[in-house]
Amino acid sequence: MISQVFVLSSKGDRLVYKDFRGNAGSDLVSGFYEKVTALTGDQPPVVMRHKEVHFVHVRQGGLYLVATTTADSSPFAVIEFLNRFAALVKDYCGGLSEKSVQMNFALIYELLDEMDYGYVQSTSSDVLKNFIQTEAVSPRPFSLFDLANVGLFGADTQQSKVAPSSAATRPIQVRHHMTRLQAGNFHLRVCVCVQGGKSEIFVDVIERMTVVIGANGVLMKADVQGEVKVKCFLPSCSEIRIGLNEDLSVGASQLRGYGTTVRVDQCSFHPAVRLEEFDSHRILRLSPSHGEQSVMQYQLADHLPSAPPFRLFPAIEKDSGGRLLMYLKLRCDLPPKSAAVNVGATIRVPKGCVSMSQELSSPDQSAELSPQSRAVLWTIPRFQGGTQLSALFKLDVPALSSASMMEVGPVGLSFELPKTTATGLHVRFLRLSPVQPGPAQRWVRYVTHSDSYTIRV
Amino acid sequence: MPYLGNEDMVKDLRRALSNPHVQSDHLRYRNAILKVIKLMSQGVDVSNLFSEMVKACATVDVVQKKLVYVFLCSYAALNPELSLLVINTLRKDCQDPNPMVRSLALRNMTNLRLPGLVEYVEQPLSAGLRDRAACVRRVAVLGWAKLHNLQPNSETDASVVNELYGLLRDPDPIVMVNCLRALEEILKEEGGVTINKPIAHHLLNRLKECDVWGQSEVLKILQRYQPHSDDELFDILSLLDSSLVSPHPPVMAATLSLFLSLSSALPAVSLAALERVQGPLLAACGSASREMRFTALCHIQLLLRSVPGLMGAHYKRFFCGYAEPAFIKQRKMQVLVELVNDENVAMILDELKEYCTDVNTDTAQAAISAIGRIGRSYSDRCLKILIGLLGLKQEHITSAVVQTMRDLVWVCPQCSETVCSALEGCEETLQDSQGKQALLWFLGAYGDRVSSAPYTLEVFIDTVRCETSPGVKMELLTASVRLFLCRPAETQDMLGRLLHYCIDSPADSLATKPRLSSVGLPDAPADTLATSAVVPLSLFPTLSPQEFERLWVQGAEHAEEKLDFVCRTEHLQGPNVTRVSPQSLQAALQLLNIHTLAFTPPRALPWRIYVYTHTAAPPRTTLVLAELLYQEAGAHAAAADGEDTDDAAALADGEEEATFGGGETARERADVKEIQVTLKQRPRDDNALKDVLSVLATVLHTLSCQTP
Repeated sequence: MISQVFVLSSKGDRLVYKDFRGNAGSDLVSGFYEKVTALTGDQPPVVMRHKEVHFVHVRQGGLYLVATTTADSSPFAVIEFLNRFAALVKDYCGGLSEKSVQMNFALIYELLDEMDYGYVQSTSSDVLKNFIQTEAVSPRPFSLFDLANVGLFGADTQQSKVAPSSAATRPIQVRHHMTRLQAGNFHLRVCVCVQGGKSEIFVDVIERMTVVIGANGVLMKADVQGEVKVKCFLPSCSEIRIGLNEDLSVGASQLRGYGTTVRVDQCSFHPAVRLEEFDSHRILRLSPSHGEQSVMQYQLADHLPSAPPFRLFPAIEKDSGGRLLMYLKLRCDLPPKSAAVNVGATIRVPKGCVSMSQELSSPDQSAELSPQSRAVLWTIPRFQGGTQLSALFKLDVPALSSASMMEVGPVGLSFELPKTTATGLHVRFLRLSPVQPGPAQRWVRYVTHSDSYTIRV
Repeated sequence: MPYLGNEDMVKDLRRALSNPHVQSDHLRYRNAILKVIKLMSQGVDVSNLFSEMVKACATVDVVQKKLVYVFLCSYAALNPELSLLVINTLRKDCQDPNPMVRSLALRNMTNLRLPGLVEYVEQPLSAGLRDRAACVRRVAVLGWAKLHNLQPNSETDASVVNELYGLLRDPDPIVMVNCLRALEEILKEEGGVTINKPIAHHLLNRLKECDVWGQSEVLKILQRYQPHSDDELFDILSLLDSSLVSPHPPVMAATLSLFLSLSSALPAVSLAALERVQGPLLAACGSASREMRFTALCHIQLLLRSVPGLMGAHYKRFFCGYAEPAFIKQRKMQVLVELVNDENVAMILDELKEYCTDVNTDTAQAAISAIGRIGRSYSDRCLKILIGLLGLKQEHITSAVVQTMRDLVWVCPQCSETVCSALEGCEETLQDSQGKQALLWFLGAYGDRVSSAPYTLEVFIDTVRCETSPGVKMELLTASVRLFLCRPAETQDMLGRLLHYCIDSPADSLATKPRLSSVGLPDAPADTLATSAVVPLSLFPTLSPQEFERLWVQGAEHAEEKLDFVCRTEHLQGPNVTRVSPQSLQAALQLLNIHTLAFTPPRALPWRIYVYTHTAAPPRTTLVLAELLYQEAGAHAAAADGEDTDDAAALADGEEEATFGGGETARERADVKEIQVTLKQRPRDDNALKDVLSVLATVLHTLSCQTP
């Protein structure tokens, strides 16, 4: 049970405030903001207590989404609700930011109104779309001009076109044609979604990698958290069938055939997914609802099917002038056809580092010293598979001792691998039924993010 | 948030809202209303516009209606008379052919929260319960709960309660769940909704139809149901099995809690459930939402308290990510400390060592203290790491290491030798008061073994004028006095200077005088105890837990033939030991030079601690080992002494889980306490043993009287 829900901007301005149970004090919002800002560092306790109420908050898109509750509710439920609320706002308003919330506050009130008396009634966008009347105002109208921007995700479709990055972040339209049929208990509403003439479906396979590589180059830990998401903007689609790799095996014991198989340790599905054909043919069947849906989640621990994508060969020494020399060779072990983008390496340096000179192997890379976070940030916009880059950093550290050599490292990498999945999972086919009347665009996109990629030095 | 010119804005809006031209153009009208709501959510007081907004309520535009209702519900309490005007419109809407309008009207009618309007609301609510559309019934059901909370003293109509019970069989699952919620609130005084066998089975059968929120609600309420037979219990458990591994953490957590409460009498089943829930919990720990990760980690910490070593095989999942926020890293370290065992200790320590040099000082210090916690069981490995960290000569690291070492020595005095040699010279890097206090405490307590102790103290005393922290000054004074007692020749001069300074400086006298008096005059209870003990006690030579265990078991075997060995069992009457926190007991015993080796977790039964001390009476010194055991009345006969510490720890862990269920009341009941003390002494010295026993008895009495 939730007593109040409010949304604050990062500066503490009230954007949305909904009181479900009418038992709030007047200083609730300011009380929360004072508590949050009084904290040092980046340690927001997710749950905080203020007099009689408990604040549970989630930070997304620079906003604080806060729910207040009494002592006996489940923290999992409240946090799941706030995350779901954020996802709904994203679905309906086309993004979660201060601006989109301000422009669509009427719609957000409508969404919150469906949570009667602090009890969540339904958060499925299919059900809600019957109740939501306000039309979303998109902060940035969808235009053909956006097609010029190449999305972060590569595209893999029949025409091998590039999926517009903004397409997946536009709001679900809720323009209803006011035809109502009274049938039994439910009123049916024929709703036609007008998408600027476009009907599209996106299937995204998103994986997050957590890797630790020891100082001796041994892979110490490798985890992959993956998700298959479906975003549907099709006006009439009763069922889609997603075919995954036929050699996909779930769990450690189950092996199919010989040779390399795609394996995941554990997977769980959205309750609406029908799994009749999953065991035999690895096909997921579902009736998509509008907006984003996480169809399948899976994990893989410790056994990556291929080598980790990056390796580092560091050489660190003191030169005669008392400077610290770091010679780093970074190798990308992806297949030569693919590439990593937005690669950033954060190299921890000793305390008291004052200046740095650098030699990088190509002009598009850059590096800077950030004394505040005690790190050198080396950025590589694009890193082709099978290649190797090197960098030489000379650091001026006053009072360099042998102990400060111990402070160098670890190196953290952040990157995106478009068109690649670490587990090797891929979508064999995507079939829509009934067959779409118009030209339906079907996009299947793959991306692997680094959740945390640490290389010890 | 007060903005400049708010009043003008409100005036403009009033003019716009009452302008007939605006009113006739519904888009402009709606826009004006939108502006009002926007101001309202920013916190501007727009209550003056109430009458204009009441007029705006009568419209066919559903969006406008919704907006106006948002406004009216916020300000109705300030204008009860004007709100009466709204009720007519709302009642008319309740007859609308469109179910959405009906449900909207019904919901907002009950949201006005005006006790005066109750009589107008009851009739539409009753009709709403029998509406054709499910969405109206959902609202009507919750409406009764709202109505009840508006006038908590009035009795809700029994026929309504019956109707709500009847609606549990509604075809719409949300109506069913809302009925549970409403009944729960209406019948709060009677202990909530009654769950009998047919209702419980009905809810279980329809669980799959509900969504995540409904399921967690139903599962929570089902905890109240007690199955009548084992067969029924197992049927329920097997039905719930699939929810236990649900990908949605709220459902998983609610199912687990139901599982544990149902199978409280079957430890094997609970354990199996906990094993099964590991997968989804670990998945939640890797969730994309950090808040969800944090919650899952907290949940795991809770579970680890009742089942130590759960997740042991998955310790790698709790290694911190590079970019994770500090609050998650710290939680993960706390979990890692709980998961340490002989196989993984090397890996975990290696990993924690990496975090010690984290940029975030809080994370670094948390990692260092985590190593210290592991050091209680694996002291040699951990001390090696900690000493290595001192070599970095970084302020915050050194400070954390010194504090950690102090805590470690307190628990494991056998480490003191290593620590003494490691701490020399680190005073130069220490800057913060916490670290200095730790170092000074150490110098005072172990000054006789640190050769340079007086010189270190002298530096502190010479700079005492620049010291701002009263805590450090007090610790300095205590340390100097303690050092003076064991090395008078070297310390006398500087202690004199320090005392002179303390007495001279008026600003500090407040802070230091209480300490001076407590050092000079033994008025604390512990000090009194120390003087009353006839036989002097000593901690040295120290015993490691392994040695203790060996001696304890050995004693049991050879009790008969060895003459210089004595094993006695005594009973102490009275003290209520379970209320004493083990930490304060440990601290009190430490003051008397009795070292505590192991104790059961707080509030666990049987309550048990193991202590040892050396008596140093003039003819000879003896070693005394003791076990203090408290069990609930009736269980005394079963108490067997001579168990080694490991067994005791395992037992205690098992017991704690059982305590979760019904131990609470039992503890309150048993007020008459009897503690069984088993003492083992070598070589035999009856007088000294008697003294030790009396010291123990006095400490227990003092502490149990002090705690409320």
